[in-house]
Amino acid sequence: MMEQVRVVLDHAGDISPISSEEYLRIGGYQGLKKALEATETIIDTIKASGLRGRGGAGFPTGLKLSFTANTQADQKYIVCNADEGEPGTHKDRIIMVEIPHRLFEGMAIAAVAVGASQGYIYLRAEYPYVATILEQALADARRQGLIGSNIMGSGVDFDIQLFIGAGSYVCGEETALLDSMEGKRGEPRFKPPFPGVQGLWGRPTIINNVETLSNLPAIMVKGPKWFRSMGTERCPGTKLFTLCGNIAHPGVYEFPVGTTIRTLFEEVGGGCPRGKKLMAVQTGGASGNIIPASLLDTPMDIDACAEAGATFGAGDLMFMDEDSCLLDVLENLTEFFEEESCGKCTPCREGNTQLLRLIREFRNGTAQEGDLNLLLELSNVMRGGCLCGLGQSSPNPILSVLRFYPDLFVENSYRKGDLAYA
Amino acid sequence: MTTREEQLCVLEEVAAIAAKWRDRPDMLIPVLHEVQTIAGNCIPKEVAMTVAREMRIPLAQIYSAATFYSFFSLEKRGKVLIRLCRTAPCHVKGTKETLSAFEQALGIKAGETTPDGLFTLEICECIGACDVSPAALVDDTVYGHLTPDKVRELVASLQETEGSR
Repeated sequence: MMEQVRVVLDHAGDISPISSEEYLRIGGYQGLKKALEATETIIDTIKASGLRGRGGAGFPTGLKLSFTANTQADQKYIVCNADEGEPGTHKDRIIMVEIPHRLFEGMAIAAVAVGASQGYIYLRAEYPYVATILEQALADARRQGLIGSNIMGSGVDFDIQLFIGAGSYVCGEETALLDSMEGKRGEPRFKPPFPGVQGLWGRPTIINNVETLSNLPAIMVKGPKWFRSMGTERCPGTKLFTLCGNIAHPGVYEFPVGTTIRTLFEEVGGGCPRGKKLMAVQTGGASGNIIPASLLDTPMDIDACAEAGATFGAGDLMFMDEDSCLLDVLENLTEFFEEESCGKCTPCREGNTQLLRLIREFRNGTAQEGDLNLLLELSNVMRGGCLCGLGQSSPNPILSVLRFYPDLFVENSYRKGDLAYA
Repeated sequence: MTTREEQLCVLEEVAAIAAKWRDRPDMLIPVLHEVQTIAGNCIPKEVAMTVAREMRIPLAQIYSAATFYSFFSLEKRGKVLIRLCRTAPCHVKGTKETLSAFEQALGIKAGETTPDGLFTLEICECIGACDVSPAALVDDTVYGHLTPDKVRELVASLQETEGSR
C-alpha cells in the first residue's frame, strides 16, 4: 500500500494516547512552546500556512482566529467540534483515540492566539470509549502543567473540559453545538452574529474541527513554507480521508490534499471486495455529491471537487459497487436527513419529509407527472432557504444523481410501467 | 424500579445530582445523562420533575431537551442498549440482514424491549464505526463486521453475561 504522509497522525498509534511524557518525547508541545514565546506572530503564521477548516466548510483558519483576536471581551472560548456525525466519517475519532495530546496542543495554540482561557471539547455521545481516553489524557496534561493554570510556566492559563453530546447530527453545526452546550435543544442560530464575535454564552468563541486544530502544532514548529509544500495552492497540507462502503480496506488514511479519488480507491483502499466493479462514489459524506466511477481521476481538493461536481467535505469517500441501487441509497440518505432535521426552519422540516416521499414514489415506480420537476424545485428552495447546512445540503445527493444519471428516475418509473410524467 | 421504596430511593439520588447544579441550566445535558443511567436508561416524569425542581428549570425546558436528543428516552428501556447503525455506509454493507438477525435472536422488533427488561434494540444514525461496518454500539462497546451469524453469537453471549448477573 502507498505510504501515508503523516502530519496530523504523525506517531499516532506508536505512543500511548494518554501519556504527555511520551508525546513530549516525540517533540510534542513544542508548537505550543513556540506560540507562548511569540504570541503576536501565531495568527500570521497560521494565515501564511493557508490552512483551511477540515470539518467540511473549508474556512481559512487564520482568518477565523483573527476575528476573535480582534474582538474585546472579558472571556473568550475555544470549542473543539468533536461531534463527528457525518455518516461515513470517523477521522476525528482516530485522532482522539491515538494522539489526543496533539489536539490539546492545537487548542492551546489557538487559545494563546486569541486570548482565551477556557476550552471545551464537544464530543458526540456515540463515542463513549473516546471520552474515557480524553478524560485520562486531559488529566495527565493537567498534571504535567501543559494545560490548566500557568501552562508550561508561561503565566498563561488555559484549561480544557469535555462536554458529551446526546445524539444529534445537527449539533455538528457550530451554533447548534453552542446551544447544546448551553443546555438547550441543538437548534442552529441565525448568523450574524458569528460565533467568533458572539458565541458561547454570548462571548467570542473559536469553533474548529478536531483535525483543523491538530494541524496547528506542526505549523508552529515547521513553519508555513513547509506546510505549503504539501497539498494544493489554495488548500495546502494533508487531509485525513475516510474510505468506507464497498471497499477492501476501509479506514482513515492521511495523504496530501489533491490526491486523486482513484489513488485512494485503487492503491490505498484496494478496490471493491470480491472483484466487484465500482459503480459510484459518494464524496464528502452523506450530504455530499454522488459521482460515477468515470470521475475517479478527480483530485480530492476543495476547488477540484467543486469543479468536477464532487464534494470535498470532510474528506469522506463511500464506495458503492455494481450491486448497489442508487435510489435505495438516496432513500436511506433522505431518511437520515428527515430524522435529523431539528425542525426549527420550515424548508428543512417539511422539505426533507417531502423529499423522502418523492424519492419513495420514484423507488416504488408510483411517481406522477410533475414529480421530477417538484423534486428539482423543492431541492433548489431548500438549498437557498434553509437556515443551516443540514437542509441546504441534504438535496445534494439527489441533485448529483439527477445530474450524472439523468435517466435513472425516468427509467425507474418506466420499468414499473408508469409513463405518466415522461 | 420495581417497588415504590426503590423509586423513592432513585428520586432521592436524582435530586442530589440535580441540586449540585441549581441555577446552572447549561448543565442540563450532563445531568440528564447522569440521572438517566440511575433511573433505568430512561427519564420518567417523576425524574424530570425532580430535575426541574432541583435545578430550578421549567419542566417544559427539561422535556424540550429530553425529547430532542436520541440518547435520552422518556420510555423505559432495557438494561443493555443495542444501537444498530442504519446509515448509508452500514446500509450498503447489509444493515437489513443484521437487523433481522437481531430481531430474531432477541424476539423483539426494533424500538422494543425484551419482556425480561434486559435488552432494548434501537436503530440509530451513524456511530462513526464505518471502518468496521455494518456495526452496532452495545452500551459503550462497538461490535463491527456484523453478519447474521455474528449477531446470533453476540446476542447469545450477552444473554449469558446478563443472565448470570
